[in-house]
Amino acid sequence: MRAISLTVNGRQTSVTAAPMKRLLDVLREDLQLTGAKEGCGEGECGSCSVLMNGELVNSCLVPILQCEGAAITTIEGLAPEATAPLHPIQQCFLEHGGAQCGICTPGMILATHHLLDKHPHPTLAQIQEGLAGNLCRCTGYMRIFEAVQQAADTAPVAPRT
Amino acid sequence: MRSNVSEFELIQPATLPAALEALATDPGRYTPIAGGTELMVALSAGRLAPKHLLSINHLQELRFIDVTANAITLGAGTTFTDIRKNSIIASDFPLLAQAAGWTGSIANQNRGTLGGNIVNASPAADSPPALLVYDASVTLVSARGARTLPYSDFHLSYKKTVLAPDELLFSITLPRRFAGYRSYIRKVGTRNAQAISKVALAGLALLDEQHVITDLRLGAASLRETPTRCTAAEQALLNQPLNEVTIAAARAALITEARPIDDIRSTAKYRAAVAANLLEEFLRGLLR
Repeated sequence: MRAISLTVNGRQTSVTAAPMKRLLDVLREDLQLTGAKEGCGEGECGSCSVLMNGELVNSCLVPILQCEGAAITTIEGLAPEATAPLHPIQQCFLEHGGAQCGICTPGMILATHHLLDKHPHPTLAQIQEGLAGNLCRCTGYMRIFEAVQQAADTAPVAPRT
Repeated sequence: MRSNVSEFELIQPATLPAALEALATDPGRYTPIAGGTELMVALSAGRLAPKHLLSINHLQELRFIDVTANAITLGAGTTFTDIRKNSIIASDFPLLAQAAGWTGSIANQNRGTLGGNIVNASPAADSPPALLVYDASVTLVSARGARTLPYSDFHLSYKKTVLAPDELLFSITLPRRFAGYRSYIRKVGTRNAQAISKVALAGLALLDEQHVITDLRLGAASLRETPTRCTAAEQALLNQPLNEVTIAAARAALITEARPIDDIRSTAKYRAAVAANLLEEFLRGLLR
């Protein structure tokens, strides 16, 4: 076990964990942030997606030791709490029916955030590629694509890092 | 079953020399881990054999792209995202840029490294066919020093490489000498996105005005136990005019030299047939 310092959703924090413990498990078990979900546990489904220093990663594939000094943003930290309960991307998913059972939704929204960060006005092909690592078994994706397109037309709000 | 993470040691030396020192002190004890897109999958599945790991993910000494007039050198820690963002790779080495683009999802491209893709030594890996046709060389480092060798000599047999237990892959160098070449790359997997290849083929060719092939380089994934050049097919075509007869001969040579296997992703028969089809697609494209 060792102490690891990191910033999660803008808050400086320290956890004591086995260095190979997965970031996903630290978030869910040690920090009680259960937004990131475990789907496949092998980097295929994207339901555990979070932002690590602004880059989209699968938190099931990140040993916590590699998070020393890193800034992590989870779905819980995306909305600017002081001014709005939901981030515009979340609002767009809500309005367009981009979420059904909800398991993939936190990852979808973080992948969308990362996509719009890199491509503020994405083509459909860029949306499809940006979300290709995030599987959804409910929506058939069309409503998700519409939500992302709508979010691209809405002024982005930076996450707390 | 899930691994018990408390059984694993993970160290993170602050510098490359410190990492090499740790590897040299007890050769074979530590398995390097970079972006974790391979080893962490094994951990989650409870089948990660190495119990002592050494993180190299944070080493900035391994994450660089150096461009000179004659070559480009990529640090082993270069991620697939870094590769896709580089304009020289896009212009001079489009097959590598393409392979980086279909290596897993965006999240995996953000973490996965070129060095890891090579050292993991899967015959199905995405970047090796491109690296083979671009005549890559690799530089290995240890506390004993550095050595550089052709990438084509790196893989010895299935999952076996020349890397000594105290060595790390440091960099990959590609000569910038393929400007006039026609190029081809195609991966055949179960799906368009995020599939491990059943078979993949990369090719570079130089033709004269009479459609005679004056230089040809073919690299394949999942055709043999390691990523491989297809030298028999190359020889069947070199200095030959491209026509129905030579295309048929090249197909036959490729099928003869291929040693694919049956596994969960495909069958040997399918792989050989598709590889020959890919080669033919490449060659017919050269005639247009």
